[in-house]
Amino acid sequence: MNDPIKPAVRFSHVSRHFGEIRAVDDVSLDILDGEFFTLLGPSGSGKTTCLRLIAGFDRPTAGSILLHEKDVSRLPPYERDVNTVFQDYALFPHMTVMENVAYGLMIKKLPKAEREARSGEMLELVRLTGMGQRRPSQLSGGQRQRVALARALVNHPRVLLLDEPLGALDLKLRQQMQIELKSIQQRVGITFIYVTHDQEEALTMSDRLAVFNQGKIEQVGSPAEIYEHPETPFVAGFVGVSNLVSGALAEAITGYPQMFSIRPEKIHLAEAGAGVPEDMYAIDGRVRDVVYLGLYTRYLVDLDGGEDLVVVEQNLRTTSMDVLKARGRPVRLLWQRDHIRRVTVGS
Amino acid sequence: MSALASPKPAPKLSLASQISTFLYLRPWLILILLLGPPLFWMGVVYLGSLAALLVNSFFSLDNFTGLVVRQLTLATYQDLFTRPNMDIVMRTTAMAASVTLATAVLAFPLAYYMARFAAPRVKASLYLAVLLPLWSSYLVRVYAWKLILAKEGILSWFVAQVHLDWLLDWLLSLPAIGGPSLSVSKIGIFLVFVYVWLPYMILPVQAALERVPKSLLEASGDLGARPGQTFRNITLPLAFPGIVAGSIFTFSLTMGDFIVPSALGNSSFFIGQAVLSHQGTSGNIPLAAAITIIPMAIMVLYLIGAKKLGAFDAL
Repeated sequence: MNDPIKPAVRFSHVSRHFGEIRAVDDVSLDILDGEFFTLLGPSGSGKTTCLRLIAGFDRPTAGSILLHEKDVSRLPPYERDVNTVFQDYALFPHMTVMENVAYGLMIKKLPKAEREARSGEMLELVRLTGMGQRRPSQLSGGQRQRVALARALVNHPRVLLLDEPLGALDLKLRQQMQIELKSIQQRVGITFIYVTHDQEEALTMSDRLAVFNQGKIEQVGSPAEIYEHPETPFVAGFVGVSNLVSGALAEAITGYPQMFSIRPEKIHLAEAGAGVPEDMYAIDGRVRDVVYLGLYTRYLVDLDGGEDLVVVEQNLRTTSMDVLKARGRPVRLLWQRDHIRRVTVGS
Repeated sequence: MSALASPKPAPKLSLASQISTFLYLRPWLILILLLGPPLFWMGVVYLGSLAALLVNSFFSLDNFTGLVVRQLTLATYQDLFTRPNMDIVMRTTAMAASVTLATAVLAFPLAYYMARFAAPRVKASLYLAVLLPLWSSYLVRVYAWKLILAKEGILSWFVAQVHLDWLLDWLLSLPAIGGPSLSVSKIGIFLVFVYVWLPYMILPVQAALERVPKSLLEASGDLGARPGQTFRNITLPLAFPGIVAGSIFTFSLTMGDFIVPSALGNSSFFIGQAVLSHQGTSGNIPLAAAITIIPMAIMVLYLIGAKKLGAFDAL
């Protein structure tokens, strides 16, 4: 290939099979230097196996993995210039926080003074100054997570791998750490490869992401591209919520039988019999269920054709009293023609 | 008619749920029922007899009447710290230390394999193999070993078959640990001790290694450590409490045993034999008690040393 930007990590037709199971199935992928790249997918989709292949804990059955243009497929983890933040943090329980962070530098036989200076700086970066003499068991989950991050970053790896590092934290802390991780990544300028099954997390932090399903990549792109232009039914359903419409119903609405997706927030809930502007599609139905969620309300609308669509509307002027009365009411659903995404059904 | 509506009678509770409720409302009673028997056993029978032992070591034996004088004195300890008794202590301690070291070295690889690599089925059969010898009588196994190690035994025969008899002869000719045959030598005692106490080392070491998450080893490799460095920095320190637990068994069991040295030894006594002969043959209970204090003191020192080395840091 002749692209001017050299990839930090290149997967070239990589497969990893465990017996009959194809955990990773012929994946090719370029991850650019300095980007925050997310591998997104449900559990068992192969994203964690891909991360372990980059780290060197596992070796590919076929294909090769290039780290900065060097084939590392057959190198053990300790010969690779990458570091990992583990899902369970994997902090050494018999060492202090400082000793944990300095471990990689100790292995490199750096002088003690330099080790402690650099580890101290890292603890400052993750806002754990003064915690150096504690044991991991004396820290909270969020603090342990930050120690794990500092322990990896102190080695100045060219690529940092993060395996669902926020999975064990509660929602508030997770959201706070998402922002913090992103800002740390921008400050240190290291390529971050982030594994998660949480699509919101992926959209919040990533420069680009790859959506995994059953060992294959469904789509690669920026969060906006993935969200607004899902290329496969799986991506449309996994990233955010989508209504998938196909067959006779699709033909009834658009005139073509090709499957398309429409986001619930793009659909406008109008009175039955409301006029249809030229640039909009319309379909009639009856509200079956209303779920009031504070910020917005989710409606489940039964269509006359027998299927249903999910519609989301913000509660800008409505209260729970208003919206709950909508149950059973006949409605007309309207949306802009250019808001639908035609999707192709994969093999 | 009475205006008072009588409340519905509560449904009759079964005896079992009455007892349960009674206990549920009185947690202190559960605690007493739970801890009473073991505390009685530990406090009175177990620690009580240890205290009696300690007190007896401060009595002395009247050399003329052969009776115990129940008067506090350090005379027995004076007898204890004489050359022949100290030889016994040194001999036993050296044996206990070398047996502990050998069992640790032998047990670790097997325990490591069981904890890290063995498939569940293989692991179960290894457990069985480790525990199986403990089901048969310890005496029978010791005497079986005496036959194996005898001059005409299978081991000597095998050594002769592979033309290593010169090595065996050389080993047996060594002073202090040699002897006329393996079945009457310190080497023989050592071999049998290692055999009988090995399971007590394998199991705690295996349990300790089992508790080390695989991700810790991966993390160490990820941070640049070669497998050897990971072993030194992570695996060994985290397995150390298990090794210490195992060594408490092997060390103290060797210190107190009198059967193996009687079966395979000569006239040079081990602590267990000395205790046996003092309290049995010569009726010198105070000296027997004083000798018993020694292995306990050594164990205490050993544990303090282990703690200093950080054996219990990861607990």
